[in-house]
Amino acid sequence: MAARTLYEKIWEAHIVREEPGQPTLIYIDRHLIHEGTSPQAFAGLKAAGRKVRQPQLTFAVMDHSVSTKNRLLPVLDADALGQFEALARNCQEHGVHLFDLHSKNQGIIHIIGPELGITQPGQTIVCGDSHTSTHGAFGALAFGIGTSEIEHVLATQCLTQFKSKTMKIEINGKRPRGVTAKDFILTVIGKIGIAGGTGYVFEYTGEAVRGLSMEGRMTMCNMSIEGGARAGMVSPDETTFAYLEGRPFVPRGKEFQVAVDHWRSLATDAGAKFDETLTLHANELAPMVTWGTNPGMVTQVTDRVPDPASFGDPVDREAASRALVYMGLKPGTRIEDISLDRVFIGSCTNSRIEDLRAAAKVVAGKHVSKDLKQALVVPGSRRVKVEAETEGLDKIFRDAGFEWRDAGCSMCIGMNDDVLLSGERSASTSNRNFEGRQGKGGRTHLVSPMMAAAAAIEGHFVDIRDWKNADGAE
Amino acid sequence: MEPFIKHTGLVAPLDRVNVDTDQMVPKQFLKFLTREGYGRVLFYDWRYLPGEKLNPDFVLNQPRYKGASVLLARANFGCGSSREHAPWGILDYGFRTILAPSYADIFYNNCFKNGILPVTLSNEQMDELFKRTEEKEGYRLTVDLEQQIVTGDNGLRYSFEVDPFRRDCLLRGLDDIGLTLVHDQHITGFEGKNLRLPVMYDPVDVKYHKQ
Repeated sequence: MAARTLYEKIWEAHIVREEPGQPTLIYIDRHLIHEGTSPQAFAGLKAAGRKVRQPQLTFAVMDHSVSTKNRLLPVLDADALGQFEALARNCQEHGVHLFDLHSKNQGIIHIIGPELGITQPGQTIVCGDSHTSTHGAFGALAFGIGTSEIEHVLATQCLTQFKSKTMKIEINGKRPRGVTAKDFILTVIGKIGIAGGTGYVFEYTGEAVRGLSMEGRMTMCNMSIEGGARAGMVSPDETTFAYLEGRPFVPRGKEFQVAVDHWRSLATDAGAKFDETLTLHANELAPMVTWGTNPGMVTQVTDRVPDPASFGDPVDREAASRALVYMGLKPGTRIEDISLDRVFIGSCTNSRIEDLRAAAKVVAGKHVSKDLKQALVVPGSRRVKVEAETEGLDKIFRDAGFEWRDAGCSMCIGMNDDVLLSGERSASTSNRNFEGRQGKGGRTHLVSPMMAAAAAIEGHFVDIRDWKNADGAE
Repeated sequence: MEPFIKHTGLVAPLDRVNVDTDQMVPKQFLKFLTREGYGRVLFYDWRYLPGEKLNPDFVLNQPRYKGASVLLARANFGCGSSREHAPWGILDYGFRTILAPSYADIFYNNCFKNGILPVTLSNEQMDELFKRTEEKEGYRLTVDLEQQIVTGDNGLRYSFEVDPFRRDCLLRGLDDIGLTLVHDQHITGFEGKNLRLPVMYDPVDVKYHKQ
């Protein structure tokens, strides 16, 4: 058989029906849902008199609108409460797994899928959320869908899909100290642009990617959509299997070995062809900071805010000008001179235990700048929260002046009360710096957890590589 | 879903690249349980000043574009979040078709599920349409999906490509789920060979799991 990519192997294994000139009907192994985009899908299902075909393949959690403050208090936001009640009712009625507000396993859907072992290599995984690409880190084909497609999956456990093109994104060399998976992916998006991956599925590879933990790989895959690709993936390897072993939904003993043998066979074959290839070397990479209103408007921390006049393309020039007006930045300003109002460490991009450890190491024994209004740490899941507390990370953060919260999407999207006020500027470990994303008029700079932590201490961006407690290879 | 065959209407220009779905329907409107009513909040932060006063600087607020049903847009329209509230808002506002040089994948797909036709034209064609729209008040275009052409005055005639399957679904206003369920036998066959229900080896705090 011809050499195949991971994407092609998963695609072919999930074809339910194929007809020339038509999209392919593919089977969906895991359907993840949350309170934000699912109620209309259940309502549609009901209106058509249909049922959930495979409720046991469907997993629901409350994450987008949840308060990260005291979970034991009543929900004060009536609209959010309406969403929670609708989700609970729909799950109960159809027999769909539900992690509700009070579950010990509640958290951001893209955090809990992997940590519970619901996400596994070779699966097709969809969710009404564009950051579903996160799960591709396991060698799964995972992508975000709209509400009509949620309804379609609920009713049929399938989706009609057009096959994507493939792009190999290879990062060779060793990850430099102070440079993280977040900086890898921001560099990639900066190079290809936010529409560079439209129509493609990315596969990340190369020594620097192979050297990442599963959590780092998830950070990269998570932001594939910010480069326009619906899905990003990494071929499964020993790192993947070691992460999965022993997780609640992962097979045990002999069954695990059988699964591993299968998972290993999914990796892209030597010599498999991609439609496009992008190759980078890790030694060119540095900590990154976004300066504009999309994740492709990004530069290295040692750089300056670009002058729109320096852009060759008139469209880019105008977009940059508009972005700088919104961001309240002057061309030529040193990134390190940008001062901040709030710092947010959290989101499905960077709220896992390793993110919190790296940030805690930076802030240990120091204190948040008095110029800051707020520094917030929001663990991605309640499991992460407990793990961090067991390690004493919560104490390190609190002693340094951070607020330590309960799990949820929080200030990444600001659907709860964790928001930026108009004109405020944040350093955020999340994934989108769109206008108004963290609050109307709010100005977001995307960075890694270490960079956010150091910025919180200094009140402005700093090059984490100058700090001795930055992790990574020397 | 309402079929889309041919539509003639007033054209409105939205001349900026990379318009993301957060701009179309901001997060505070993602807490409702229905598909209706998002037209009022479409482009909320651009359209309204504090107190929901119309922002006179926002193009769609200009009286000449009131009642527009054809939207001109720029590259990578609809990037970002998968929220289908974005196309719901577009449709509820009154737009039946969008003309742009490119779209983000998820948004593009979501349009077809809601009876909105996203037409892809070249940058040069879009430049021409923006120019004509701005020059002539009351500028109208006809978008014909059957013929796959956009026509306007002075002999303007642009043909466009669209996937034949999507075209057919939109022309007939077909219910996708119904279409898939025609192949129920295939799905059942696939499940017979491949279906493995999730097993919880370690009990976790989850509701409604059946072992």
